[in-house]
Amino acid sequence: MVSVRLENLVKRFGKVTAVDHISLAIKNGEFVVLLGPSGCGKTTTLRLISGLELPDEGRIYFDDSDVTYLPPKERNISMVFQSYAVWPHMTVYDNIAFPMRIKKVPEDEIKRKVKWAAELLRIGELLDRYPHQLSGGQKQRVAVARAIVVEPAVLLMDEPLSNLDALLRMLMRSEIKKLQRRLKVTTIYVTHDQVEAMVMADRVAVMNKGRIMQIGTTEEIYNKPANLFVAGFIGSPRMNFFEASVSDTILDTGYFKMKLPEEMKQVLEGYETVIVGIRPEDIHPVERGIPPGVKPIELEGRVDFIEPLGSDTIIHLKIGEILLLVKVPGSYIVEMGRKLKVALDFNKLHIFDKKTEKAIL
Amino acid sequence: MKMYKGEALKMILTYALASIIVAWILVPLGLIFISAFAVPKEYYNIHKLIPLAFTTENVYTLLFVLKAWKSTLNSLIVAGLTIAISFALGLPTGYSLARFMFKGKDTFKLLIIGLRMFPVIVLAIPFTVIYLKIGLADTLIGVALAHTAMSLPFVVLITSSLFSGIPVDYEEAGMVFGLSRFEAFFRITLPLALPGLAAAAIFVFIMSWNEVFIASVLVLVNRTLPADILVSALNAPDPLKFAAGFIMVLPAMIFVFFARKYLIQVWGITIR
Repeated sequence: MVSVRLENLVKRFGKVTAVDHISLAIKNGEFVVLLGPSGCGKTTTLRLISGLELPDEGRIYFDDSDVTYLPPKERNISMVFQSYAVWPHMTVYDNIAFPMRIKKVPEDEIKRKVKWAAELLRIGELLDRYPHQLSGGQKQRVAVARAIVVEPAVLLMDEPLSNLDALLRMLMRSEIKKLQRRLKVTTIYVTHDQVEAMVMADRVAVMNKGRIMQIGTTEEIYNKPANLFVAGFIGSPRMNFFEASVSDTILDTGYFKMKLPEEMKQVLEGYETVIVGIRPEDIHPVERGIPPGVKPIELEGRVDFIEPLGSDTIIHLKIGEILLLVKVPGSYIVEMGRKLKVALDFNKLHIFDKKTEKAIL
Repeated sequence: MKMYKGEALKMILTYALASIIVAWILVPLGLIFISAFAVPKEYYNIHKLIPLAFTTENVYTLLFVLKAWKSTLNSLIVAGLTIAISFALGLPTGYSLARFMFKGKDTFKLLIIGLRMFPVIVLAIPFTVIYLKIGLADTLIGVALAHTAMSLPFVVLITSSLFSGIPVDYEEAGMVFGLSRFEAFFRITLPLALPGLAAAAIFVFIMSWNEVFIASVLVLVNRTLPADILVSALNAPDPLKFAAGFIMVLPAMIFVFFARKYLIQVWGITIR
């Protein structure tokens, strides 16, 4: 088990820069998730780490050894593919045993290890079957068993759960996480599913357009997004954004004004236009009573639409042309079309520079 | 089950058409087989439509008296060499076409198909001239090379479509788990492609086995079976001609019988 360090990795495909100067340090035994929309370069980054793709610039280190140009087989890695890539001409047993046979592990040890992995992933009774006789979930388990049985230094996973149904995906994500904790193997996991990322990761690296936009714990990227992209990408429903011009400590959206506390004066100095962000759960209808600890900024709007989701309700609140989504408990009833006073929690307010899209607050 | 009139008619027509096609193929074959084993006297008896007395004499005469066993052996050698050379060249080419992107890929593919535009007759004379110069005239390897020229485009296109059908993930998984690119090809991709490759090999075999023109032009002494038959059996009595036909057809039939499933796979037709 090793630490992994990426230094200024660049990978181009023709005119497209898939990976654009990525640097990332992953600690020994850490579970890092690369999260981003499709085409953001997360899978290419993983393939660079695996050696299936070679970078145009930059270096990759496992501990202190430079593996940038080593072929995959010399990196002591293993990988779970999105398609599972369980070899169709071998039985489940042979699939799991094959990597060890290549490494000339004695046959009785192979037997012991296959048994161990099969028990761990509960596929013991499938060992004699061929892949075409397995369900997607079973193939996925075989792929994971094959990946852990070689005791890799780094375990790479490329959207391993995306072909499973919702229930199975939920079960497998906790199982994989538990397995990783138990084996303490350095793991790099690629997904476009933010829930998957946030549940499983020790740290999440949010990627966009070939760059890492932010890396941090789930708590950090959710509560302190470093830029507009991360703020908008993480969280469902999405964070509310609106543009506002700055004068002193007053933010003017054209439809309403917000007075910020005096200490914000220094923070906002020099900015003309900013983008304000607030999550739907950080807006509270005043008539329900404002929770303790909230520093309220009060606004009034009209209820435009209501989305009842059972446990929660999403209220679409219109203030002029600005639409705010407000998340309230499902027990709270509100009629469409009426006026509603809400309080934005200043403590949870995000302010981004319009030009650089970086977080100011 | 109740059947509507239209459906019944449709079924009758389908079966009628199928019977005609089957007969079209089977009747000549049947006639060849019967005549090949007919006692010559029976065969020439104009009062008998179909001979009823049979013997292996005709086949025996052809193979051992007229020494057709030698040309049969030559044919097998040429076909074997053709398969070996065209696969040695075609397999890597097909693989690269399936797996890699490179400039001029489509033009290259078109060129390969373009090779098939030249009629064999056009190729045969230049071949002979060149072969005479470099000492390949009248050799089996010479014929095999000419046959390779004919079968190579086919091998390249077929193998490339076969390899395209095998997800690259299987190979990459192999490479991640300890194989080099070469090993991954031989231990993962090749076994998966084997049925299709076998069918392609059989097709090349039949192509070479049946090819008569180039084989007659390029070779005088070491004739292959079709070239030999063309010369010797043409002047022989009819039953011997049919015996020759029988020997020609037999291997092809045996191969097609065993490989029909894969032939369908190679041509990408799904018949269920």
